Amino acid sequence: MNQAIRAALTARVAGIGVLGPGLADWVQARAILRGEQTYVAQPCVLPVPQILPPAERRRATAVIKLTLATGLEAVAAAGLKAAELATVFTSSGGDGRNCHEICAALASSDRLISPTRFHNSVHNAASGYWGIATGAMAPSAVLCAFDASFAAGLLEAMVQVAVTSAPVLLLAYDTDYPEPLHRVRPIPDSFGVALALSPTAGDLARLAVDPAAAFTAEPATRMDDAALEALRLAIPAARALPLLRALALGAPGGLVLDHLPGQQLALELSPC
Amino acid sequence: MSLALPPLRVARYTTTSCLGVGLVSHVEALREARSGLAPCRFDTVELPTWVGEVAGLEALRLPEQFADFDCRNNRLAELALQQDGYAEAVEEAMLRYGRERIGLFLGTSTSGILQTELAYRDRDAQGALPAGFHYANTHNTFSLAAYVRARFGLRGPVSITSSACSSSAKVFGTAQRMIAAGLVDCALVGGVDSLCLTTLYGFNSLELLSSAPCRPFDAARSGLSLGEAAAFALLERAPTQTTADAALLLGVGESSDAYHMSSPHPDGLGARLAMEQALRQAGLRPEDIDYINLHGTATPSNDAAEGRAVGALFGAGVACSSTKGAIGHTLGAAGGIEAVLSLLALREGLLPGSPGTAALDPAIAEVAPLDYLLSPRAGEPRRVLSNSFGFGGTNCSLVLARGDAR
Repeated sequence: MNQAIRAALTARVAGIGVLGPGLADWVQARAILRGEQTYVAQPCVLPVPQILPPAERRRATAVIKLTLATGLEAVAAAGLKAAELATVFTSSGGDGRNCHEICAALASSDRLISPTRFHNSVHNAASGYWGIATGAMAPSAVLCAFDASFAAGLLEAMVQVAVTSAPVLLLAYDTDYPEPLHRVRPIPDSFGVALALSPTAGDLARLAVDPAAAFTAEPATRMDDAALEALRLAIPAARALPLLRALALGAPGGLVLDHLPGQQLALELSPC
Repeated sequence: MSLALPPLRVARYTTTSCLGVGLVSHVEALREARSGLAPCRFDTVELPTWVGEVAGLEALRLPEQFADFDCRNNRLAELALQQDGYAEAVEEAMLRYGRERIGLFLGTSTSGILQTELAYRDRDAQGALPAGFHYANTHNTFSLAAYVRARFGLRGPVSITSSACSSSAKVFGTAQRMIAAGLVDCALVGGVDSLCLTTLYGFNSLELLSSAPCRPFDAARSGLSLGEAAAFALLERAPTQTTADAALLLGVGESSDAYHMSSPHPDGLGARLAMEQALRQAGLRPEDIDYINLHGTATPSNDAAEGRAVGALFGAGVACSSTKGAIGHTLGAAGGIEAVLSLLALREGLLPGSPGTAALDPAIAEVAPLDYLLSPRAGEPRRVLSNSFGFGGTNCSLVLARGDAR
């Protein structure tokens, strides 16, 4: 039934933003992923988001700095206007540091938490600050799928491109968890990636998903470089690395992205 | 050319809240204009506020093989799934469509964070969390979807939407797009949020909690009352012909305020965009809507902004009410339960009233002369709109209709 509408979902990659440990931006990440530069793991440095009004800039937490950096990089590379773009935010669990501070305060005798800490605790905090920074009133999806968050967000973004025939900005991001949460959620540092996807523009690559066979039992594609493979496994948003490598190399072919056990996302990459 | 978003049939739905377990108790409560709010006795909370607490969750247990998922939020999900033949309908859909062809899109704001709040109280001398604390299956935002996926053995696309108070309205949009794109034939959607200290003390820090039962759209409103709820719906493509007793999703509208993290745009511009988009997708004009289930949190700023936006778009005299005086603000579950109450309004010919509200705020009436329903009214609504707006300036409106009212 309904075979007619089961044409492949496609989207073109029009711009990329990256920020992570030892990865300052897409230019550097591209050189590393192409093997032109050696990957050296170093703590991720999050820039102060000058685009935010001063009050919001003071309140900006790591997830907000991370998504503004990667999102704006991708939008600029794509030559798109952030104010007009629909967005898909996806994170494996939100802001661990903010959550720790709240839970610690709630376990103390006075239980006082600051209003800023509370409004920063919502999973859509990064989406809210993005809207304030860019003026975008377009729809913003805010997803979580634990370790499957990158693949789930990519699928949602590709579906939106197909359904709306308009560009969509995907932002996947995770930040570190402090102790004692770190022991049960050992995310060591921040990693963010943003992909500006478009139905028609963009010359980096064309992505395709077969809606009748979006998932596969095949294992996820790995990174050859041991340090990059360690990064891929350590931070859920870095599950995007095999896709970023294929984009850096301009390598066509099939790709399997980590999603859920026994249910990985099958992606096809082709030149534009 | 964008893909058409065809009407979806709401094949089955259910809800559980402080008003009771399942649909029958909610219909009775709506008829009687009953509120389920009571003075807060939750956990060790010492705040002068009222809450909509679901009875019996402390004693409820998940099936043995899912013990790792045990937390208040997943217990509430399980309790709701067992009502109104919902779980059986999911199992039938799995036989009909295959478990890979059913999407699972749920909304929650705080998921099982209560489990972590309790674990922090039990940290050992070194500050470590107690053994047996299971972060991924309880606290993590995805744990709700992980539980429901495991319980049924679903293998289709799955995600949690966590956009504060619009979460479980926006999942209807996700389902609509996934079905239109041909990824799934059917979608299990809904939302679950449960009481926790983060939201009680958090809204208290923002001075947004009322010390009395909340009074939406009343001049004397002084903030919200928190509640907890679960709501689920099963969506599939609507046949070309549907009879009056079918329930349809005709439109979803989404927007962002781009204004402030915890205050809505004063004129409700983002809210208006979401309502307009939902109407456009449904192919309807404002006058086609017979009732609006307002977001109506009873905070001074939300109700003023929403009143302005609704008045500007629908003009004078549109029948509307907020049902948060009955169930409280259930945050990530609000969009789901209010969609279900809107479906009940269509099915039962009953426009819900607004328990706790004595009169429409004259300051709102002056700019938006709404037909605000203080008590339930019998009627024959054919198409209704349900509004859900949240922190971070996230907005979503749904248009739901009887099968004979496309």
